[in-house]
Order: sequence, then C-alpha cells, then structure tokens
Amino acid sequence: MSDTLEASVEAPAEPRTAPPIPGREGRPEAPSSPPARSRMESRKLNFSYGAKQALWDISLKIPEKTVTAFIGPSGCGKSTYLRCLNRMNDIIPDTRVEGEVLLDGRDIYGPGMDVVDLRRRVGMVFQKSNPFPKSIFDNVAYGLRINGLCSRAEMPERVEKALRRSALWEEAKDRLDTSAMGLSGGQQQRLCIARALAVEPEVLLMDEPCSALDPIATAKVEELIHELRVDFTIVIVTHNMQQAARVSESTAFFMLGRLVEHDRTEKIFTNPGQKITEDYITGRFG
Amino acid sequence: MNLTARRKALSGLVVFLCGSAVAVALVPLFFVFAYVLQKGFSSLSWDFFTKMPKPVGETGGGMANAMLGTLYLIAIASVLAVPVGVIAGVYLSEYGKKPFGSLVRFTADVLNGVPSIVIGIFAYGLAVLPVKHFSALAGGLALGFMMVPIITRTTEELLNLVPGSLREGSLALGATRARAAFSVMVPAALPGIMTGILVALARIAGETAPLLFTAFNNRYFSARLDQPISSLPVQIYTYAVAPYEDWHRQAWAGALVLVGFVFVFSVLARVVTRRLERMHRT
Repeated sequence: MSDTLEASVEAPAEPRTAPPIPGREGRPEAPSSPPARSRMESRKLNFSYGAKQALWDISLKIPEKTVTAFIGPSGCGKSTYLRCLNRMNDIIPDTRVEGEVLLDGRDIYGPGMDVVDLRRRVGMVFQKSNPFPKSIFDNVAYGLRINGLCSRAEMPERVEKALRRSALWEEAKDRLDTSAMGLSGGQQQRLCIARALAVEPEVLLMDEPCSALDPIATAKVEELIHELRVDFTIVIVTHNMQQAARVSESTAFFMLGRLVEHDRTEKIFTNPGQKITEDYITGRFG
Repeated sequence: MNLTARRKALSGLVVFLCGSAVAVALVPLFFVFAYVLQKGFSSLSWDFFTKMPKPVGETGGGMANAMLGTLYLIAIASVLAVPVGVIAGVYLSEYGKKPFGSLVRFTADVLNGVPSIVIGIFAYGLAVLPVKHFSALAGGLALGFMMVPIITRTTEELLNLVPGSLREGSLALGATRARAAFSVMVPAALPGIMTGILVALARIAGETAPLLFTAFNNRYFSARLDQPISSLPVQIYTYAVAPYEDWHRQAWAGALVLVGFVFVFSVLARVVTRRLERMHRT
C-alpha cells in the first residue's frame, strides 16, 4: 500500500481560471513545489455494518483544493468511506467506527464535534439527484436558511451565486419560483450541487454524481467539477475510469474494503504501483 | 372440453365472483343513500338550515344549532388532535424503530379499535366529572381522541413513502434530524397527510356515542367551550326516539345533511390531495 501522494502532489500552481477540459492538456505537474496541505485525513479507519466489517484500516490523505477520485469495484467500500467523511453513516443504525478522521487536524468522530456543523463544512452530492419538492430558489436557499448563514436580504444574491457556480443560472433564472421537480435529470443534479455549494462547504463529497446522467449532462457536471476545484476540496466516487482520469488530480483505488493505493491520477493510470490496480484499470476484472 | 374453453370458463367465473363482491359491497351503500334521500329530502327547507328547534309540541323549526354545533365540535377536535397526531406520526416514522416506537404504534392501533362509547366514557371522566358539567370541550376532546390514532398512522405511513434520499440530502446540508423531518419530509408528504386528516374528520363527523355524555345536547346554540352543545348525530338520535311525527321528519332531514357533510369531506380530501400533488410536480 503506497500513499506517496503527500510527497508528490502539490498545490495547484495554475491561475484561478478554469483550465480547458478535453484531454486535460496543460494539467499542472510541477513536482518541485511544496507538498499540498491535506484537508482531510483518515487514520486506520475501520467501519462495520453490524457484524460485517466494510472498511479495514484505511489511512488516506485528501489534499486541499484538488479533486480526489475513489475508484474500485462495486461493494469495495468507496461509498461507505466517502460517507464516513461527513458522518452520513451515523444515521444507519448498528454501525461502528474505529480510528480517526481528521478535518483540519481535528477528529470528526471525537467528543465535542458538532455533526451539524461538520456536515455544513463537508457537503455532499448524491448518486441520485434528490431535489426537495420545493421551488428552485427554496432548494438552494435551504441550507442557508437552516444554518442561519445569511439575512433574508442577502438570500437572492447567495442563491444566484450558487446557481452561477453550478452553471445552472442561465437555465433557471426565469423560473426560480417553479418546482425543482420540473427540471431535467442533469439540471436536478446541478441544482443539488448548487444547494451544496450555497452553504460554502470546505470539502465537497460526490457519490457517483453522474451515474444517472446522460453523456451531455455528465460532461457538464465534469466541467463544473473542474471549475470548482479552484475553490473547493472535492472527493468523487466514480465507476467510470475515464471520468476519474479526466477530472481528478489524485486517485485512490479501493478493493474489498481496503485502500490498495492512492497516488497521482496520472501515475495510477499509467504506472500503478500494484498489479491489481493495473488489472482493474485495464478491465481485466471488476 | 379443451384447454382454451376451460380457461375461458374459469376466467368468466372469476370475473363474475369479483363483480358480485363489488355489488354486495356497493348495494347497501346505494340503498342507504337512496332511502335517506327519499325520506329526508322532502323535509329540507330554508327553515331547517336557519332556524333553531321549536319548543316541544310546536311543528316547524330547524337544526341550525346542531349543524353549527357539529362543525364547532369538529373544529375543536381538529385543533386538539391534528398537531398531536401529525407530530406522533413524525415520531413513529423518524424514530419509531426502537421498542418504544412499536409500543406507541400498537397503542395507536388499539385506540383506533376501542368502541367509541368507551372513548366517550373516558372523556366524560376526564372533562365532565371534575367540573360536573357537560361541555363542548369534552365533546371535542372525545372526538379528538378518536382522530389521533387515525392521523398518527396515516402520517407515519405517508412519511415512510417519502424517499429517504430527501432526508439524507437535508442532513447533508447541516439539518438536524427533526429539522429534516419538518422542513423536508412533512412538506413532501403533505398531500397524503391532509387526506388522512380529512378522512379522520369524515370518520368522526357522524359519531354519536362519544358525544352522548360529553357534549350532551342543547336546544340552543352557545359558542362557549364550557357549555353543552348540540350536534347532528345526537340531535338525530333524540328526534328519532321521540314520539312526534314532525321530529321524525326532521331526523331524516338531519341524517341527509350529515351524510352530505361526510360526502363533502371525502370530496374535499380528494380535491386537496390533487391540488397539493400538482403543486409538487410542476
């Protein structure tokens, strides 16, 4: 198990503009700059559903303001691990967590951690878009309202900002008062991203955000992820190897509840450290 | 007989049985409607809706006090029962997996099956005996006790139908469990919850037994909570067992109005559900 990432990946040295997507040419590589600060980190994380252990000793560092992709066969624990990062697994009865998950050096499972505050700081976008049966405006404003993050007067501005960030503003600006259920699948997913962004999270977890979308909507969401990594630390679970290669700077490969390896995406996809990673990536199994 | 013919015969038989069952279920309903309509319609008049009862022995007068009283009692019952029922339903759906939840669920089901006269006795002991006075409040309380389990169980069932992904979405934005329940889950289930409330209203609107010794009866109308109040079912009962021809006539008319009330609630339940559902879709 190599976790060489810390030493080899660095803060993105590029200017804060969205880089071109296709082929990801111009991706910053400079290994000479100082190592990236890690935003989240797990140390020997074990997790079980009842008697069934799902995660084994996972130690992983998620670098700041980059996109980290989790890949691996179905049931390998990547989604479970993702949900450990904002304690979404808490709501599943009869589960157990051991080890530490650090957010800015503080254990999120430690005493005194406010789960509500944690989830505001570590946002999540789900596999299946889940807009609330409310208006588009109310969906985006929801997080701001329940957390009391801004005044009523600021609300329209914050909602617009979030919708612009998720590239939905142009399509939605004339119908903010209509139900979010009337949006298309891809728009709904971008609305969910806008909703998550509105509360200004530090980390954004995305659990297979494109698996229910068509290729065009997928391309839009990927483009969005690309722009967002300038401001946010993003973790994305994906079954789509090309997607991991396209959007991420670093990739972690999970297998049978263990972290097999975590490295720069380019290294994982061209010269992985483990034979099994290579087998999975080249499609020999999984 | 070849196979096709046998299959057709069997199919015909099953269709016939289903049709008969439907007829058996619907025919009594139809006759009740028709009979009440036939007996009651001729006695409906403007006076019947607007006038108070006349003194014994005089003909004429109406049931305005009883109609108003029934609506008044339903309103009291709703004010008491809807919040309790909905909140209990939210509890069962969100936290009810524990043993205590099962106990609450079981209790609600038992309460739902308790004969209404027993509920009346309970409300009598609770709200009439201590003050030694029949009152609208006691009547509303008795009807409220009947509504709570119906509302609780429908609310729970409808909340269970709301996709859990909505709850997760809300929690992931930093909502507490209760916040998620009341700001996302309940609004999403609202059309169904409204239907449940209206069904409960239709169910209690015609109850007589719980009112006999709680709201009692009143030949006048008083809006005071601590005074006895008239209601259609009790008024119908009183008039029907009295020896006066004119009262019998009025009892039939009252029965027709009561059936009309229940009908309106049921239709309202449908309309409101449609409306709210449409609001959610588009």
